[in-house]
Amino acid sequence: MKDGLAALETAWRARRRARLLAGAIVTAILLVCLAVSAWVSEAYPSALLAGAPRVGEYFARLLPDLRLPVLFAGTATQGSLAYWMYRLDIWLWLLFETSQMAALATLLGALPALLLCFPAAANLAPNRVVYSVCRRALELFRCVPDIVYALILVWTFGIGPLAGILAIALHTVGALGKLFAEVAENADMRPWEGVRAAGGNWAQAVRYAILPQVAPNFLSYILLRFEVNVRGATVIGFVGAGGIGQELYAVISFNYYQEISAIAVLIILCVSAIDLTSEKLRTLAIGRTT
Amino acid sequence: MSDAATVARLRARFPRAFGRPPWQRAAWALGCVAFVIWLGALCAWFDITPARLSRGVSGLFVILRLMVPPSPGAQWADILQGLAQSVAMAFLGTFVAAAIALPLGLLGARNVVVNALAHFSIRRVFDGFRGVDQLIWALAFVRAVGLGPLAGLLAIAAAEICVLAKLFAEAIENADPRQPESVLAAGGSRLLAIRFGLLPQVLPVLLAQVLYSFESNTRSAAILGVVGAGGIGLQIAERIKVRYWDEVSFIIILILITVAAIDFLSARIRRTLIA
Repeated sequence: MKDGLAALETAWRARRRARLLAGAIVTAILLVCLAVSAWVSEAYPSALLAGAPRVGEYFARLLPDLRLPVLFAGTATQGSLAYWMYRLDIWLWLLFETSQMAALATLLGALPALLLCFPAAANLAPNRVVYSVCRRALELFRCVPDIVYALILVWTFGIGPLAGILAIALHTVGALGKLFAEVAENADMRPWEGVRAAGGNWAQAVRYAILPQVAPNFLSYILLRFEVNVRGATVIGFVGAGGIGQELYAVISFNYYQEISAIAVLIILCVSAIDLTSEKLRTLAIGRTT
Repeated sequence: MSDAATVARLRARFPRAFGRPPWQRAAWALGCVAFVIWLGALCAWFDITPARLSRGVSGLFVILRLMVPPSPGAQWADILQGLAQSVAMAFLGTFVAAAIALPLGLLGARNVVVNALAHFSIRRVFDGFRGVDQLIWALAFVRAVGLGPLAGLLAIAAAEICVLAKLFAEAIENADPRQPESVLAAGGSRLLAIRFGLLPQVLPVLLAQVLYSFESNTRSAAILGVVGAGGIGLQIAERIKVRYWDEVSFIIILILITVAAIDFLSARIRRTLIA
C-alpha cells in the first residue's frame, strides 16, 4: 500500500516536471517571438512610453463636447447634440451612398460567384481540370484585399464610387464563391442523379436539382457578405473610391476632432442597424425551408 | 384527342396547377420593375456608363499586361522588411488584444457576470466597436503616434480586442458549469472557481480563436500601410503611386505566399492544441 503511494508520488512528480519543462519551453519561444516582433515593428519601450500619453490625449480630444443643460439646443449653441452633428444631413447621405455601394458590389460579386461555384464544387464539377481552374480562380479573387483592388482601379476608372464598387465586387467574387462551393458540396445528390437519369444535361441538373436546395443558404451568405461589405465600403474611400471614407479621411487628416467622433458614431449606428436587419432576414431565409 | 389539346384543356380547368396565382405573379413583376429602377438610379448616381466601363477595363488590361513578369525591383530589401513588419505587427497586436480581451470576455460572459444589465451593456459595447474598421483605427493612431508600424500595431490591437472579447465571452458561456460549481462546493472562492473550474476548460478553444485572429490579422496588417501605418501595405501603395506594376504584382505574390505559410503553421498548432 505504502509502495503504491510512493510510486504514485514519483510518477506524479515526473509528470509535473515534464509539464513544467514543456510550459517553460513554450513560454520561452513565445517570449523570443514577442521580442523579435517588438523589435521589427519598432515597438520599443521608449516609443511606447512616449506614445501612450499622446494616444490618451488624442482619444480624449475625440470625445464630443456635450453639456447637459444645452443638450437639445440648436446648431448654434456649443455643447448641444445638434452642434456636434452639425453636418448630419451630409453624413447621412454619404452613409446611404456607402450602403448602396456595398449593396451593388455584393450583387455584382454574387453573380460571377454563382456561375463559378458549381464547377468549383468537387461533387458537381464536370472534370478535374474545370474544377481546379475554377477553384484557383476563386482563390485568386479572394486573396487580394479589396483596398488593394481599389488602389489599382482608381487608376483606371478614376476617383469615385465606381472604383470602390468594382473593388469590393472583385473580392466578393472569391469570398462568396468559396462559401457557395462548400454549400453545393454538401447538397443532397439524389435529385441530381434523378435529373441526370431523366436525360437532363449538366446545366439543367444544376438548375433543377441543386439550386433549389442551396438557394436559402446562398441568400444567407449573400446577406452576411453584404454586412462585411458595408464595413469595407466605409473605408474604401480612404484611397479615393467613394463613400463616407473620403469624408472621414479628410476630417482625420485635418484633425477636426469632434467631427471624427460624430462620423464614427454614425458609422457604428448604421453598421449595427444593417447587421440587425440582415440577421433577421437571414434567419427568415434559412427558416423558410426547414 | 392529342396530347397538346389535353394539356390545353387541363390548363384551362386548373390554372393554379400550372403556375403561380395572379397576385403572386404581379408581385414578382413589381419587384423586378423596382429592382431595375433601383439599378438604373444607382448607375445614374454613380456615373456608371458603358463608355466609362470599357475605358476602365481596357486600362485594367494594360496594367495586367505590365504586371507580367513580376519583378522584385531595386528595393527588394525594403519589401522584405515591410513583410516582416506586417507579420510582427499582426503577431504582437493579436497578443496584446488577447491579453486585454481575456478579462473583458470574462466580464461579458453571462455565467461569470450574473447581472443581466451589466452583461448586456458590455456586449453591446463590443458589438458597437466592431463596426469600426481596422483602417479607421490605423488612421487615428497614425495621427496620434505618428507614421510607422507602431500605429498599425495599436490599430490591430484596438480593433481585435472587441472581436476577441465577444468570441471569448461566447466560448466561456458554452463551458460546462459543473466544474466551477464543484470548486465552489469544495470551498473555493469565485476567483478560484474561474481559475480552476472554468479556464482549463475554455483555454484550448480560446487559443484556437487567437490563432484564427492572428491569421486574419496578417491579412489586414498587409494593407494597414496604405494609410501610413507601416508594413508591406506602405510598399505596395508607394509602388502603385509610381506605377511600378511589375513590383506590385511581385509584392502581391509575396503576400499570398506569406499568408498561406502562416495559415498552414497556425492550422498545425491548432490541431495539436485541440487534440
